[in-house]
Parts: sequence; structure tokens; C-alpha cells
Amino acid sequence: MQLLMFYIFGFGAVVSALLMVTNKRPVRAAMSLVATMSFLAGLYVLLDAHLIAALQLIVYAGAIMVLFLFVIMLLNIEEKEGLLGVNTILLQFLGMLVVGMLFVTMVSLFKVDGAPLTLGAVADDFGTTKAVGMMLFTEYLLPFEIASVLLLAAIVGAVILAKRRIDDSE
Amino acid sequence: MVTLNSYLVLGAVLFSIGAVGVFTQRNALIIYMCIELMLNAVNLTFIAFSRFLNSLDGHVFVFMIMAVAAAEAAVGLAIFISLFRNKETVNVDNFNLCKG
Repeated sequence: MQLLMFYIFGFGAVVSALLMVTNKRPVRAAMSLVATMSFLAGLYVLLDAHLIAALQLIVYAGAIMVLFLFVIMLLNIEEKEGLLGVNTILLQFLGMLVVGMLFVTMVSLFKVDGAPLTLGAVADDFGTTKAVGMMLFTEYLLPFEIASVLLLAAIVGAVILAKRRIDDSE
Repeated sequence: MVTLNSYLVLGAVLFSIGAVGVFTQRNALIIYMCIELMLNAVNLTFIAFSRFLNSLDGHVFVFMIMAVAAAEAAVGLAIFISLFRNKETVNVDNFNLCKG
């Protein structure tokens, strides 16, 4: 059952990613990326990462991608053609083969005593909000606080960058 | 029986798809979306390793990566808006001011 779910989510993620990369129209690419992130959230649930799966759907697919679509529609960018030209798609697949072979070879070499690595048993509350929260507030408190400073810097930067300049100043 | 290798291979495949998208796309927004795809592939690798090693450090790091990606999305899209205001296009072939 787990194998079936893994293949469904994995295949869906790869197909959506390919659709995103070979698309010329930004809105369709954004929707394909939303689909990819949703399939990845399913994979996280398979890996007992419940908090991260929920955050993936809320933050990534629900906030960041909506921001993308907002900007795409605000700037009103629309390309007339559907997919990229055939030559470009061939070039992309060739590139994916080359880059993919490198990475897939690297990760396929992970073996312990010649056997593939199986996922063992974990604690009952592995990956729940409580467990990750305990880690965040005790062991990783400093990165947590610095992340809030980072978000503040991003907010200030975004407001300044997107502000309409008045012509007679700087 | 799903092994760790399956998840790592899937993460590698998604990462290479995103990398190739960054190289070959001409639309700046889609390039940025491919960067987000690469970040997601790395998240999958972290979660898979965290599950395998029975350690929650990977989850915390994925949390940080998501925070960074959110901040980066906000600032990057603000940059795109400024660029578009000046040039009326998001085709990366037209941004050649630094060309020698």
C-alpha cells in the first residue's frame, strides 16, 4: 500500500514538474507547481512528517504560489504559445538526462552492507507538531529567532522595492 | 517496500528537472518557479533522511528552508515588479545592461 502511494505521488510530482518546466504560459506553470507541491505534501505524510506536510500545503502551495499568481496577474504576463519549441524541449530533456544521471547515480550509491536502506521504526510522535515544536523552542531557539529577523528584513525589503518612486527624489 | 533510495532518487529527479528549467527557460517568473522546485526537492531529501535516521533535525531545517523560501519569494517578486516597471517584459534575454 505504501509502495502504491509512493508511486502515485512520485509520478504525479514528476509529471507536474515536467509540465511546469516546459510551459511558456506562466499561469499554467504556476498551477503545475501547485500540483507538484501538493504531491510532495503527500510524500511527506508517507514519511511521517505531519507538521511539514501541513506547512507545505499552507505556506508553499497556499501562500507562496498564490503570491506568484498574484504577481503574474498583476503584471499581466501572457505568452501566446503553449509549450516551448520542440528544439528547446529536446535540449531540456538532454539536459535533464545529463544532470539527472549525475544526481541519481550519487544517491543510488547509498548502500549499507550491500543492501538498500530501509526505513526503520520511529517514535510515536515523530514529526508531529509537538515534537518539532519542542526541538524548535529548546535546541534550535537561536535559528528560530533569527528566522523571524529574516522575515522582518524581507518585509522591509519588499515594501521598499515595490514602492513607486517619486521622480524628483534620488 | 519503499527504501530510502527511492525517495532520494525522486528528490534527485525533481532537482535536475528544476535545474534544467533554470537553464533553458526564457521567462523570468518560470525560472523563479524552477528555483522553488529545487528547494522542494531538497526538502524531500531532508525529510527522507530525517525519517531514516530517526532524528527531527531534518524537520527543523526544512522549517527554516520554508521560512527562507517565503522571504525570498516576497523579495524576488518585488524585484520582478520593479524590473517589469522599467522594461515592460520579463524575458531574460532583454536584461543585458551588464553586458560588456
